[in-house]
Amino acid sequence: MRVALFVTCVNDVLYPRTGIAVVRLLERLGVDVDFPAGQTCCGQPQYNTGYRHETEPLLRRTAEAFAGHEYVVTPSGSCAAMIREHYPRIGRKAEREGRGSGLADAARSLAPRVHELTEFLVDVLGVTDVGAYFPHTVTYHPSCHGLRGLGLGDRPRRLLAAVRGLRLVELPGAEECCGFGGTFAVKNPDVSTAMGTDKIASAAATGAEVLCGADNSCLAHLDGLLRRADVAPGTPHRPVPRPAPRTLHLAEILAATEEEGPLP
Amino acid sequence: MTGGTYLGMPAFPVAAREAVRDGVLRANLRRATHTIRDRRARAVAELADWDRLRAAGAAVKDHTLRHLDRYLLQLEEAVNAAGGTVHWAVDADEANRIVTEIVRATGEREVVKVKSMATQEIGLNEALEAAGIAAYETDLAELIVQLGHDRPSHILVPAIHRNRAEIRDIFRAEMGRWGRPAPDPLGDDPRELAEAARLHLREKFLHAKVAVSGANFMVAETGTMVVFESEGNGRMCLTLPETLISVVGIEKVVPTFRDLEIFLQTLPRSSTAERMNPYTTMWTGLGPSRGADGDGPSAFHLVLLDNGRTDTLADETGRQALRCIRCSACLNVCPVYERAGGHAYGSVYPGPIGAVLSPQLRGTDSDIDASLPFASTLCGACYEVCPVAIDIPEILVHLRERVAQGGPATRDGIRVRIRPAHGHAAERAAMRAARLLLDRPGALRAGERLLARARRLAPRRLPGPGRAWTDTRELPPVPAESFRDWWTRERGTGR
Amino acid sequence: MTSKDRILARIRRAVPQPPPGPDAPVAPQIPRDYLRVHGARTPRERVDLLAANLTEYRALVHRTDEDGLPLLLARLLAERGSRTVLVPPGLPPYWLSAADQTRVHDREASTPQELDRVDSVVTGCALAVAETGTVVLDGAPDQGRRRITLIPDHHVCVIRVPDQVVDSVPQALEGLDPARTLTWISGPSATSDIELDRVEGVHGPRTLEVVLVGAQ
Repeated sequence: MRVALFVTCVNDVLYPRTGIAVVRLLERLGVDVDFPAGQTCCGQPQYNTGYRHETEPLLRRTAEAFAGHEYVVTPSGSCAAMIREHYPRIGRKAEREGRGSGLADAARSLAPRVHELTEFLVDVLGVTDVGAYFPHTVTYHPSCHGLRGLGLGDRPRRLLAAVRGLRLVELPGAEECCGFGGTFAVKNPDVSTAMGTDKIASAAATGAEVLCGADNSCLAHLDGLLRRADVAPGTPHRPVPRPAPRTLHLAEILAATEEEGPLP
Repeated sequence: MTGGTYLGMPAFPVAAREAVRDGVLRANLRRATHTIRDRRARAVAELADWDRLRAAGAAVKDHTLRHLDRYLLQLEEAVNAAGGTVHWAVDADEANRIVTEIVRATGEREVVKVKSMATQEIGLNEALEAAGIAAYETDLAELIVQLGHDRPSHILVPAIHRNRAEIRDIFRAEMGRWGRPAPDPLGDDPRELAEAARLHLREKFLHAKVAVSGANFMVAETGTMVVFESEGNGRMCLTLPETLISVVGIEKVVPTFRDLEIFLQTLPRSSTAERMNPYTTMWTGLGPSRGADGDGPSAFHLVLLDNGRTDTLADETGRQALRCIRCSACLNVCPVYERAGGHAYGSVYPGPIGAVLSPQLRGTDSDIDASLPFASTLCGACYEVCPVAIDIPEILVHLRERVAQGGPATRDGIRVRIRPAHGHAAERAAMRAARLLLDRPGALRAGERLLARARRLAPRRLPGPGRAWTDTRELPPVPAESFRDWWTRERGTGR
Repeated sequence: MTSKDRILARIRRAVPQPPPGPDAPVAPQIPRDYLRVHGARTPRERVDLLAANLTEYRALVHRTDEDGLPLLLARLLAERGSRTVLVPPGLPPYWLSAADQTRVHDREASTPQELDRVDSVVTGCALAVAETGTVVLDGAPDQGRRRITLIPDHHVCVIRVPDQVVDSVPQALEGLDPARTLTWISGPSATSDIELDRVEGVHGPRTLEVVLVGAQ
């Protein structure tokens, strides 16, 4: 089987390890991975901030980059939700505005071929035990777009539960948003920080060594808070028990094996 | 005894900052929203057909909105036939004028009120006060808000921001000024506080000649009005006074009596998390005796309120907000509401539904209304619990576009083109620049390499708008190599 | 142009009108595939569920048969310490045949203040809904005017079981006449306005006693 990796812009620029982990994991499972070089960003930041017209060229580009690929796999629930849920919506709006069916056609063609990583593993490949080894205590934060947008359900937790050596501890209030929310993080920094601080406090209280997620943008926010000891003066926050967990993308855990160890 | 005004409210992020730093408020909200959240989930889980009830509720509302003119005319005819009088109000001023004139004609100087979002929306209490008429709120939470010279912060529980000790202090200090004083001594047990409210309001109910209410539903085919409540203050107001005035948004109509079978199941479970709220009253005009048996009012006036609803109806994406049955489930699950509190939304409609209703009913001209569509992480918890399936995140994104890019809208019945907000000019330029970069993979790769070379120079604190991130968060470390370069190095060029 | 005309015109501009014109019949496309009843119950189970749900929301539930009803009502009024009891015009006289409280007959001229001095009220009902623990009053002669079940602090409501008990809300609406004024009562009045903590008993009767009358 061949798949095209949609690594996403955030992972390309800031978290290449996640992309490398996906490649290593999929190849270990016997899947051939392509990386279409025309891909950049799905346009979610623009769209969710109210710049639909700036999103359209990125929709077109993304659709072109993955034309002809039967399976497109991405390690981001929110980028997958953007393509599956919002691309068709953007297409319909352009149609209604009398700008032809080009965008709508592109969106309709791409949307059903895009799979979030855990969906691809569980639903398409039909595996939950991917042969990983990760001897640590892990708690999992399901990001909102994966949880409610895509309906990933317990797929990520089932994958984690099958990892050898891994002890999975439930995160209290797991379904609650971490407060990242794209540009929300800078447009409403106080509320964003308050939400994130509550989230990392919950994670730390579990005693887990690793706070795992499947969306690196949410993890960037939580990691940024965890690494900043001096939370802004005047912002009430629950003290984070030490040692605090470190954040890690799910793909990096699933890619780790006993023979090869974690990623370098 | 006026409530605060919403004019000149600061933008959401500024108002929210105060709330986030108020530890007592944060604790009050957290306790209350988490309690009701879990209870709602249990009440909803009892019904195996919840999703079907939800879909049917949305369909009834959508169907009604599509034929709203017909159903309002049918309603008017049925209410008239049952001895009521129907008035139509284009905006808040007209509705306030109508109510004031009806009250004046009775010669009364006092009215008792059942909690009503519509009358709060139009500022009826203030308008009546200006006309020398005192309006007494009789819902316990509304009483707390009114006595505390405060503003409501929640649709169902307007005093959710107050804890029991604060409420006791308000009762002690204020009750005596408006009627029967609070018992002395007064503790802060909710039972004791409810008893104080019972005693304080009893004399008002027994003497009142005029009552003002809203309604949760109006049935077009029969002219039946429906009010859901818990405390019995609604029954008091709807039964004892001689004149009853109901101010109701035009979107509250449903076609048939049978349609209530959906909402009688979904509203209480979504709202108070009960199988059924303690009291629901359904009345049709002056009732079967036409008011002759002295049970219920001898005059009933229904004021149908537009006040921005038809403008909202004209928007294909935004009109689903008119399905709202004001249950407040979306507030109770919203992580932003939980931390920012209701006042930050600058409207009688707080929380996620407020963030999509206020900028549609009032327009996006003011700072607060232009900031509301951005007061969400788009986490989708509100949509998930909404009993009429309003896709609030979809409307939020749609309204963000109206603010950031501009676009068509309807104001006061006229189609207009909203210009992009001035405050978003820098952001607009940045988004465009980012898009231009992202639309050229070669440029992106060059940018990534530049960033990687400068990675050791990365500052801990950014200037300008970036400060909003780095004030509380470290920046992600920049890797030595992008994924794109890793792939090229390892696997050759992309296909 | 009146405000009514203006609002209707705005509505017609806002939503595209269906082709046949405004007078054509409207056929609602409402998916009504939700359940009429949540689960199958025998009459006995239906009554038990009603009792359980009423009890959960702090109504006091009692059971008796026709013969035992007068004595039970007399006992409930006596235990409450009531000296006066309001009587709707059509209440079967034998219900209160064993009670020695002073009967107060509701008259049109009764003022709210007069009603406020009465200790208890005894009524029948139109029907009861098992799934929600609800009693519905429709102002029939055995229930009287709305105000008599509102102002006294103690309401005793008699339900004939299983005849007057339906399973569900949809079944209840089928059996009710919207032209009558309807009061749906699910437990005593309550509020959650203080810290979302439920407190029973605010303005309506603070004690609701329900008597289920039928073959035991």
